Amino acid sequence: MSDPQPEPDVAELGVPVVEVEDLEVNFKGRVGFFAGLLGRKGFDAKAVDGVSITLYEGEVLALAGESGCGKTTTARAIMGLLIPDAGTIRYRGEPLARSRRGLRGYRKQVQMVFQDPTAALNPRQTIYEIVAEALRIHGVPGGPDAKTEEQLVARALSRAGLRPPERFYLLYPHELSGGQRQRVVIAGALVVDPAVIVADEPVSNLDASVRGEILALLMKLREGSRISILIVTHDLGLAWTVADRVAVMYLGRVVEVGPAEEVLQRPKHPYTKALLNVVPEAGGTERPILQGEPPDPTRIPKGCRFHPRCPVVASGRAERLGILNRCVSEDLALEEIAPGHDVACYLKGLGEEP
Amino acid sequence: MSVLSVRDLSVEYRTTGGDVPAVRGVDLEVDRGEVLGLAGESGCGKSTIAGAILRLLPAKTKITGRIELDGNDILELTPGKLRAVRWTAGSIVFQGAMHAMNPVQRIGEQIMEPILVHGQSGEREARMRAGTLLEQVGLPTRRLDDYPHELSGGQKQRIMIAMALACSPSLIVADEPTTALDVMVQAQVLQLLRTLQHDLGLALLFITHDLSVLVEVADRLAIMYAGKVVEQGGAEAVFHSPAHPYTKALAAAFPAIGDMRFRGRPSGLGGDPPDPQQIPTGCPFHPRCAEVIPACSSVVPELWTAGPARLAACVHVSGAPALEGVSR
Repeated sequence: MSDPQPEPDVAELGVPVVEVEDLEVNFKGRVGFFAGLLGRKGFDAKAVDGVSITLYEGEVLALAGESGCGKTTTARAIMGLLIPDAGTIRYRGEPLARSRRGLRGYRKQVQMVFQDPTAALNPRQTIYEIVAEALRIHGVPGGPDAKTEEQLVARALSRAGLRPPERFYLLYPHELSGGQRQRVVIAGALVVDPAVIVADEPVSNLDASVRGEILALLMKLREGSRISILIVTHDLGLAWTVADRVAVMYLGRVVEVGPAEEVLQRPKHPYTKALLNVVPEAGGTERPILQGEPPDPTRIPKGCRFHPRCPVVASGRAERLGILNRCVSEDLALEEIAPGHDVACYLKGLGEEP
Repeated sequence: MSVLSVRDLSVEYRTTGGDVPAVRGVDLEVDRGEVLGLAGESGCGKSTIAGAILRLLPAKTKITGRIELDGNDILELTPGKLRAVRWTAGSIVFQGAMHAMNPVQRIGEQIMEPILVHGQSGEREARMRAGTLLEQVGLPTRRLDDYPHELSGGQKQRIMIAMALACSPSLIVADEPTTALDVMVQAQVLQLLRTLQHDLGLALLFITHDLSVLVEVADRLAIMYAGKVVEQGGAEAVFHSPAHPYTKALAAAFPAIGDMRFRGRPSGLGGDPPDPQQIPTGCPFHPRCAEVIPACSSVVPELWTAGPARLAACVHVSGAPALEGVSR
């Protein structure tokens, strides 16, 4: 790290840390007992249907989308918390092992921060016990500058902003505020010195006023320790504040991915644009709002999976541009439109804006 | 004329750990056809105000001050009178629609119930009215025969709004009505609330911690901290040029996309909201304030003028009396 690092730019994304390729996760559909006797089958939900994303060293990647788009399932698959039906996940070039031991080694490198800190913390354990747990599983690292368990717990707590750490050792989660609880969760992840943090909606359960503090903490970890962060969020405003790159998911697929400035200021996919339209903003009530419910992953439409809700299709523009046929019948993949900016939309070949 | 007028309202909860002052002297006013947004973090007393307006708080709670809703002095009403005022003068939309509905009763019956209880019409007319209400909130009439579990979260929240409208109240209190919803559905419900409020000329008291949502729906904003209103004014003005340091911190939590000041720089408020039983001396916000001066720990700020139609409880605003050591 002592070498002078070149300024990162769009084309220079650096070293891939986690690579996800063609990930597929299905959830089995269920039917009632009698329907089962009659030979009926439930519809399988394709929660994640061919997702490829790469997390580079020291970057913050935001994975955004509506409920049910598969963003949390993707994060859980990356953590090895569920077994994908297809696709590969590689950590520093090595495919993710499925053995207990292999996963254990991996999880020392890749730690998760969950949405609801109250649910993530054991109410009957003290803060010290909670933070030390990962060390007891993974072992206290040895070596010449080895530290004791207590030193490591103290360091993790103070890196997470809980200072002085000793004051928190004997407290229980219920004695802390929501923001402090989320800091304990983050300390629990930091204690094993991970290279990657996967954070699933890390601030959506917190009060608006403390959100910024938790995000600032994550940013500091990235700056100080070059930790790569995958942040799952429905909030594009949050992505604007913290993310280097943004990947937008719709119905199990990434539909647009690129540098945050590009994707959020000049979206190329109609869905990204629709998501941006609902970010509350003063005087912005005139913007069109996508109607209808979040889509059903058991019934994925043919063609572009966004076409039933797509404003470009609904307004007749797709027909005028002569792409309607393809929109409703031909499935499409991500294609690069600018360095590091990929989009899956038939508009892109025409140089048209969504 | 104001539909709702709250004067010097204080609410103290009686708990085994002693009395907890949740609201400490609040004045509010909502006119016909107006949306007042009430914002603040958890525990600031905003939901307590909602409860006090329709007297939904635990029986032992000590409420002082004056609440006038549609000409009724709410705090002095007899239980019978109070029942008559609920639903007809003011109704409430809660946060968790799923928990507010009866899971074993059809939607139609649930909407009809207040109409029938208030004797506004017979069974047949009430059903007609329920059907009309469903259409008003953008759902087909056939949904009357559905059970709550057959609806999505957004649809349930629409039903809650239909129920709140059932007896044509003058005021609707919406307590975090969109917090549990998905982004896209949240935008749809907000649009609906705004359209209805506008078309029916309703007074709406909209309570949430999400300041950015309020800017979209509210005409005026009141920001609460530790049981008091700390800033008041037009919605856009308060959001875009906040006068109180607390409002500044809240507004910064909702960055505008494209605004480079926020890019890579999340800003937040340090510390935690004060314990209502141990409110700091002077300005209750001073231990967390970025602009604190020595006078803040002793001077209790009042809502002073902070510009045209703006009030803020901070020693730094232009209307604050001259204090030692304060330069403006």
